[in-house]
Amino acid sequence: MRQTFAIGIGGAAGQGVATPGDIFAKIFSRRGLHLNAYNAYQSIIRGGHTFLTIRAGPEKVTNMGDCIDLLIPLNQDSMNRHLALLSTGAACIYNADTIKPGATGDGVQLCPLPVSKLADITRNKVAQNTLAIGAGLNMMGISFQALENALTEQFKKKGEAVVTENVGIARAGYDHAASKFKPFAWPLPMTENRYAVLSGNIAMAMGGAAAGVKFYCAYPMSPSTGVLHWMAAHARKAGIMVRQVEDEIGVVNMAIGAAHAGVRAMCATSGGGFALMSEGLGMSAMMETPVVVIDCQRAGPSTGVPTKTEQGDLWQMLGAAFGDYPRVIASPLDIGDCFKIIPEMFNLVDRFQCPGMVLCDLLLSEGRLSVDPKDLGFTPVIDRGELITTANGTPSSPATSGDYRRYEITESGISPRAIPGVPGHVHTAATDEHDEDGVLISDEFTNTVKRRAMMEKRMRKVTGIEAAIPPPALWGPRNADVTLIGWGSTSGVIEEACEILSEQGISANQLQIRWLVPLHGEAIVEILKGARHTIIVENNYSGQFARYLRSESSYVPNGYIRKYDGEPFMPHHIVEAVKEQLTGKTTLSVPAHEIMV
Amino acid sequence: MATSLAAPKQLALADLKGKVDPDWCPGCGDFGVLAAVEKALVELQIPNHNVVTISGIGCSSNFPGFINTYGMHTLHGRALAVATGVKLANHDLTVLVTGGDGDGFGIGGNHFVHTMRRNVDLLYIVMDNQIYGLTTGQTSPTSRIGMKTKSMPFGNIEAPVNPISLALAAGATFVARGFSGEQKQLIELIKQGIEHKGFSFLDVFSPCVTYNHDNSYQWFRPRVKKLEDDTAYDPTNWLAAMEKSLLWGDEIPIGIFFERTDILTLHGAEPVLNKGPLVHGDTRIPPDVARSFIEELM
Repeated sequence: MRQTFAIGIGGAAGQGVATPGDIFAKIFSRRGLHLNAYNAYQSIIRGGHTFLTIRAGPEKVTNMGDCIDLLIPLNQDSMNRHLALLSTGAACIYNADTIKPGATGDGVQLCPLPVSKLADITRNKVAQNTLAIGAGLNMMGISFQALENALTEQFKKKGEAVVTENVGIARAGYDHAASKFKPFAWPLPMTENRYAVLSGNIAMAMGGAAAGVKFYCAYPMSPSTGVLHWMAAHARKAGIMVRQVEDEIGVVNMAIGAAHAGVRAMCATSGGGFALMSEGLGMSAMMETPVVVIDCQRAGPSTGVPTKTEQGDLWQMLGAAFGDYPRVIASPLDIGDCFKIIPEMFNLVDRFQCPGMVLCDLLLSEGRLSVDPKDLGFTPVIDRGELITTANGTPSSPATSGDYRRYEITESGISPRAIPGVPGHVHTAATDEHDEDGVLISDEFTNTVKRRAMMEKRMRKVTGIEAAIPPPALWGPRNADVTLIGWGSTSGVIEEACEILSEQGISANQLQIRWLVPLHGEAIVEILKGARHTIIVENNYSGQFARYLRSESSYVPNGYIRKYDGEPFMPHHIVEAVKEQLTGKTTLSVPAHEIMV
Repeated sequence: MATSLAAPKQLALADLKGKVDPDWCPGCGDFGVLAAVEKALVELQIPNHNVVTISGIGCSSNFPGFINTYGMHTLHGRALAVATGVKLANHDLTVLVTGGDGDGFGIGGNHFVHTMRRNVDLLYIVMDNQIYGLTTGQTSPTSRIGMKTKSMPFGNIEAPVNPISLALAAGATFVARGFSGEQKQLIELIKQGIEHKGFSFLDVFSPCVTYNHDNSYQWFRPRVKKLEDDTAYDPTNWLAAMEKSLLWGDEIPIGIFFERTDILTLHGAEPVLNKGPLVHGDTRIPPDVARSFIEELM
C-alpha cells in the first residue's frame, strides 16, 4: 500500500477553499512529495458546496484515494457532509465559534479552533482558513518556515502588511495545535525531488506550445476554459495567436483556416461545443487540412452537469461529422500525458492530413498532479509531414512544370500539401468531392470512378495511421485473477484498485487504452485471450467503450463497472465491484458515491 | 517564403482563368462579379499565388473554382471564420471572401457581424440575389416582403435584412454596394476594397435570372444611383451613410457608403504578429521561455 496523506477542504464557493488548497499543494510539492488534487464544485460563483481533496505521498499519487486524513470544513454544511467519513487516525480542524461537530467514528481527533481568540476576525474574514492551515501543518510535522515562505509568495502582491498579518495568523494556528492537538501518527516525509504542479488544461496548453501550435482559438466552456486561459496569458511570450471566437462553429473553422495557411492550429471545448464543431471536422477531413480539437468531457447530455466529469463523448467523437473519413482519437491517461499527447497527435495529423481529437475529461482537465519537470520537455519531435512551403516543393514532390495536384492519388493516400503563398502550386481546396487537381466532381454528373478513387485515396491513410500507433500493453502480472480494462483518465484509479486487490489476495492486471481510433482490436483480443476474468471500467452509463470494442473486435468481457453520477471513481468503488463480480453476483456494478458534494 | 524562380511576370487576365468554366446559369449576375474581380487583380498586379479566394456554399460560392488563385471552398456560412484564420496565420496574403446572401446573412450571420467588428483585413463580396438559387428557389434573408418562393408560396412575411445598415452598425470600416450590371464601378469598388486596410464589405446586386424574377437587371438598372455622382456626399460621415443605407425603392444608392482608416486591423493590433506572419516564424519556444513556463508551476 502506498503511503499517502489526504486533506479535504470543504465550504461554500467564495469562502476561500482554493487558497488553502494552493498553499498545501505548494508546500507538498516543495517537500518533494507527489500530489493529486481534485475539486468537486458546482456551476455557481458564490454558495453551494465545494470540496477539494489534496492527496500527497512520496510515491506517485494517481488519484484522489479513498479516505481523508485531515478534514477542514469551512462551514457547518461541509462538517455535516463529511465528518462521518473519517476513520481512525484522521482529524478534523474546524472553527469552534461557528461550527458544531457531530458524532465521530472511533479514533477520530476533533480539533476545535477558538478562531476569535486566536485572530482578529473583524480584520481578516478568512482567518479561520489560515489558522487551519497552520494547525494542520503542525500536526503533519512540517516546519513553520515552509508555511511562511508559501504565504509570503501567496500574498506578496498585496503588500508587506498583508503578508505579515497572514503569517501571524498562521503562526497562532501552528502554535495552538502544538499545545492542544495530537500530531498525526507519521510525519509527512521529505524527498530531494521537485515537481511541477499543474492541471490537465495547463498541460494540454503547454503541450500545444511545445508542439509548435501558433494558432489557438476557443469559446469559453467548462471544463475546457483553462486551456484558453493559459494560452491567452502566455500568448505573447510563446508567439501564439490566441483568439476568443463568437461560437464553436467559428472556432473550428478559424482553426482550420489558420492550419490551411500553414501553422499548427488547435482548439478546445467540451461536449456541447464539440457538437457544434462536428461539420468542421468533416471539412478538415475533406480538404485534408490537419487540425487538433480537444474535448474536455463533462456530464451530459445537453448542458448536463457542467462541473462534473464523465466519459460520455466517445460515440459523439466516433460519429462526429457525416460520411466516412480518417480520423485519430486519443485519450490521455493522466495529467502528465495531457502534455505528451498533444505533440504526438500533431505529428500524426500533419503526416496524415486529417482531424485529430483529444478526448480529455473534467477529472484531468481541472484536476492537478505533480509532474517531474523532465517530463515537460519543450523539444518534442516535430514532423510536419509532406508540407510544401517553397516553390521548390518537397523531396517527394519536386516542383515540376506547374502540374501540381493537391490531391494527387498516392499509395499511402497522402498527397503533398502546398500552403497558400507558394508560387507554382496554386489550387483550390474544396469541401465538395473533388478530383486530384481540386476541381469539383459533384458538378460533372457525379463521376463515380473519380469519387471512388478519392474515397479510397483518403481512406488508405487509415492503414498508415494504424501502423504509426502502438497497440496497448497489459500492465501487471500476466496470469491475474482479474483483468481491468479502462480508457483515458481512469488509468490511475484502476492502477491503485489493482494494487489494493493484490494486497487482498486477488491478483489483478490492467489494460488501459490511450489510442481509441484507430483501435488495435486484434491486438486487444490477443492480449485478452488468456485473461481469466475481464471487466471494463468506465465513467458513463451505457458502456461506450465496451460497445465500441465489441463493434471493432466482437470481444465481450465478463463484466462491467460503470459510474455516471458526475464524480470520478475512487479505488474502493472498483475494488468492491470486482469482488462482487468475482462471486458471480452480478456482471454490472454501478458504485455509489459516498462523498456528497 | 519562396524565392521567385524568374523575373516577376506581369499578371494577365489569362493567368486568372480557372481550371473549369463557371457553371452558373447563362445571364447570372455572378459572371459580372467574376470578371470584375479578375480585372481588379490584374490592375492591382497582385500575384495570383498571394491571393486566397474563400467561399462558403451556394451558387456564388463556387467562385473559387473559377478563378486561378489559391482557393478554399468551405462550409455553408463559414467562409469568414475560415478567412480570419487564414489572414491571422499569414497576413501577407490578400484574402477575398465570396458568397451569397443566404450564406452570409442567413447561416453565416453570426460570423458576418463578428468579423466586421474585429476589422479583419479582407474583402468580403456578397453576390446578393435575394434568393436561394442552388437549392432551387427559396426565400433568402434579403428577399423582399411579399415575394413568392417555393418555401413561402403565399409570399414572404418577414422583413429583409439591410446588409449595408447591418455592416455599418457592426463596425465595418469599408462599406460599399455594387451592381453586376455596372462593371466599371464594380472593378473600382473591388480594387478599393482590396486596398482598404481592414474589413471591406461589398454587397453586389447579382441578379438570379432563374429564380428571382422580381429583382432583375431591368428592375435594378433605372433605380441604381451612383453615390460618387453626388459630390456633396461624404463617405467618412457614418450617420450620413446610415441614412443613405435606408434608401430603397425608386432610388437605390450604389458606390462607397462609408470608409474609415483610423482603426487598426485585427492583425495590426496583435503584438504577436509584430515579427511578421506566423507561418514564417519559429516553431520552437525559446528554451528560456519554456523554462519560465515550468518554473511558474513549481
